[in-house]
Amino acid sequence: MSLVWTLEHRTVICRHSERGYPDEVCGIIIGVRDGADKIVQEIVPVENAWENPDEQRRRFQIAPDVLLRHERGARAAGQDILGFYHSHPDHEAHPSETDREWAWPTYSYVIQQVYRGVSLDLQSWTLKDDRSGYDTEQIRAED
Amino acid sequence: MADNVTILIPTALRQFAGGNEQVTYSGGTVGEILAQLTGAHTDLKKHLYNDSGQLRSFVNIYLNDEDIRYLEKDKTPVADGDTVTVVPSIAGGVAEMTEEVTLSADEVARYSRHLIMPEVTLAGQKKLKQARVLLVGAGGLGAPLGLYLTAAGVGHIGIVDGDIVDSSNLQRQVIYTTDDVGVSKLAAAKRRLNGLNPYTEITTYDTRLTSDNALDIFKDYDIIVDGTDNFPTRYLVNDACVLLGKPNVYGSIFRFEGQVSVFYAKEGPCYRCLYPEPPPPGLVPSCAEGGVLGVLPGIVGALQAAETIKLILGIGDPLIGRLLRFDALKMQFREYKLRKDPACQICGEHPTLTGLIDYDEFCGVTNAPEVDLDAQQEITPTQLKERLDAGEHIVIVDVREPHEWALGTIKEPDVRFIPLGDIPARMHELDSADEIVLQCRSGVRSAKALAILEQAGFRKLKNLTGGILAWSDDVDPSLPKY
Repeated sequence: MSLVWTLEHRTVICRHSERGYPDEVCGIIIGVRDGADKIVQEIVPVENAWENPDEQRRRFQIAPDVLLRHERGARAAGQDILGFYHSHPDHEAHPSETDREWAWPTYSYVIQQVYRGVSLDLQSWTLKDDRSGYDTEQIRAED
Repeated sequence: MADNVTILIPTALRQFAGGNEQVTYSGGTVGEILAQLTGAHTDLKKHLYNDSGQLRSFVNIYLNDEDIRYLEKDKTPVADGDTVTVVPSIAGGVAEMTEEVTLSADEVARYSRHLIMPEVTLAGQKKLKQARVLLVGAGGLGAPLGLYLTAAGVGHIGIVDGDIVDSSNLQRQVIYTTDDVGVSKLAAAKRRLNGLNPYTEITTYDTRLTSDNALDIFKDYDIIVDGTDNFPTRYLVNDACVLLGKPNVYGSIFRFEGQVSVFYAKEGPCYRCLYPEPPPPGLVPSCAEGGVLGVLPGIVGALQAAETIKLILGIGDPLIGRLLRFDALKMQFREYKLRKDPACQICGEHPTLTGLIDYDEFCGVTNAPEVDLDAQQEITPTQLKERLDAGEHIVIVDVREPHEWALGTIKEPDVRFIPLGDIPARMHELDSADEIVLQCRSGVRSAKALAILEQAGFRKLKNLTGGILAWSDDVDPSLPKY
């Protein structure tokens, strides 16, 4: 299973993560499935809806009504929600215990490391079926 | 009753709903509609509801554009053509401020057989690395415990022991080598464990565990593993664990039999629930007195190591409230259910013990011999040797068992062999006019023999202080100690 996108898609995540630094930012990854691949067609930055603004440097949440809207929109266009991205300000691009608690199977969880305001490492993860941990997901950039 | 209510299933949950993107049901409320879905797909149910039937906090159910939490929840009525949507909460973030452990590439390779098991994985291996386990005793049980817990990647291991390595340890304490004889157990064990796994931090406490130091040492550890072979320490470990709320992974061995349990007063019985009082001193012999099959502590210690690792990982069924007994001769495991005693002095409903006590006194253990002898009834090996060398006629009676005689005895002309149990029947073989010195391995059994003979009218009796062991130390080093 690979996540397939263009450099433009990746750039949207980098810029959004840097703009939001030192807070965490988040967004929705929309596209279609093609056999084993997830073909990204749209990166949608959304607001970090984590309730306590003081904790937004370490936490993110996507509001369910926002997700509902995009889920409907995607379905209407014959697309799917493939996953989500969020940034880890000054932390590595690995899922944390908090991420695991909230994670869902199947979705891609793209994490962008932002170090002192500059986007560095980016990795994609999928939750193991038994929720015990993550597998890394290949990312392929195409023209 | 509404027909044609559609449920939209998010991508993440389709695999649990027969792969369907959406399904249509009839019903009166959102709850009824969802019940049909989860009834048809039971796997889906556990993703949506917790064990008590409440909707999970990270699941949102929308009726059209409204979250049902703000409507009438499960009882929200539905109408024809409505859409119910399951919306997962998407959240996360970097770790808490506490430092998260990581595994290096070298560690990942080292622990790969753990990491590929779904019950362990990277998350479990990190738990092992963060864990702090204290081993009380670096003997027969401590040896396999130290080796396996270190190999498994437990991050911090503390060891309490005050002994030095003796050649009689090597028959079972596989952590030591012949070269280690005479050096401190802690130094030898630490060297061995550091060589096995440099990622495990070993802290040593070169002391006997006492009521004065136990709480202070225990407080820094998550799990205490009891590998001791005496009752005072066993009660001390139990009581300190109960007072600090820590699990005590218990093991004991004797001859061909072993026992294992996990005493964790928060979740089950403690050692005192099982044995409120220690046995009378001397009734239960130690391994030094009764012997032990060398491989037995290997088996029992490995069982304790397995229980310790399960507790750290939070997997499987721990031996809480169960006592496992192993018989190597029958090659049989038997399990006994243990109950928490509501009247237990330390973990019961009204505990009377709120601190540590004097455990030597509690167990009736003192260093004095069990038979009270007068000072003039004792003779040291050096005194005896001097008198024998001066040509005095002294009859030496060895009261050990026949299989012990074969290991060697004092090389003097008049040594007779009468096992302690045969003394009453065979005392006529002795002449009460002779001066008689009684001897055994350490001087305990011979003191009993002396008391029996004294009762029968013998007067010229002496006990060899310290027995064969002392004779080997002070007079004849060629006599093997066992």
